Amino acid sequence: MVDTVAREPRTVIRGTLYRGHEGMWSWVLHRITGVGMYFFLLVHVLDTATVRIDPELYNVVMEAYKTPIMGLGEAGLVAAIVFHAFNGLRIILVDMTRWAVRHQRALFYGVLVLWTVVMVAFLPRHLMHVFGA
Amino acid sequence: MNTLIKRMRLERVGWIFMRVSGVILIGLIFTHLTVNLMQDGGVKAIDFAFVAGKLADPFWQWFDVSMLWLALIHGTNGMRVVVDDYVTRPRLKKVLQTSLFVSATVLIILGTLVVFTLDPCPAGAPLSLLPSFCSAG
Repeated sequence: MVDTVAREPRTVIRGTLYRGHEGMWSWVLHRITGVGMYFFLLVHVLDTATVRIDPELYNVVMEAYKTPIMGLGEAGLVAAIVFHAFNGLRIILVDMTRWAVRHQRALFYGVLVLWTVVMVAFLPRHLMHVFGA
Repeated sequence: MNTLIKRMRLERVGWIFMRVSGVILIGLIFTHLTVNLMQDGGVKAIDFAFVAGKLADPFWQWFDVSMLWLALIHGTNGMRVVVDDYVTRPRLKKVLQTSLFVSATVLIILGTLVVFTLDPCPAGAPLSLLPSFCSAG
């Protein structure tokens, strides 16, 4: 006798490629980091431009970047850059290959792993520069 | 030609630009961060002597100018898309997108001039603040 198993109707919608899951969070983070980096870039071009005015002035401006609070800000900035960079590569792969579309979720965790690796290499050294003797 | 088709072609150029410039920017910015934040002394070692010493070399001049242009165009185009997504009032959208365009243009011109006209050994500046290759007088 053939045992027939009643199948559960598989109609549960678990979000699309973009909404609600890794796809959405990677998109949100990409936007937030991008906008943050944009405003830093505006300031950074201006502070660097003071190098053309006077050596002493430039050194005074740069002192602001060496304070503990700005040091932490730089750590946040690098964290944003590194995420935006790796997630950008993930976006390009998803655009270009079917394989990446199928594995976009795994690729997002790959981005987080690479981000962690780079931050582990960067943070101790940077914090030592900022807070160390 | 139909303006919509023109607009779509332009958006496609923008789409390709974001990907190509993005990949190049990863190389440029990761190098920039390694040299300026990781190498000896990190952020604490950045001063006039360090920057002027770098910018006396044509390699770093072109490196920094490429980074300046690509980052500003990439960032400004990204902001344009963000404004396009969230700002619905047509006049405000126009004002914001014009400001984005103007600020990018001004900063690109300013930054390019700074990089190519910087005198690493300005007359009258204390020698102690200048790169080691500058000599007195």
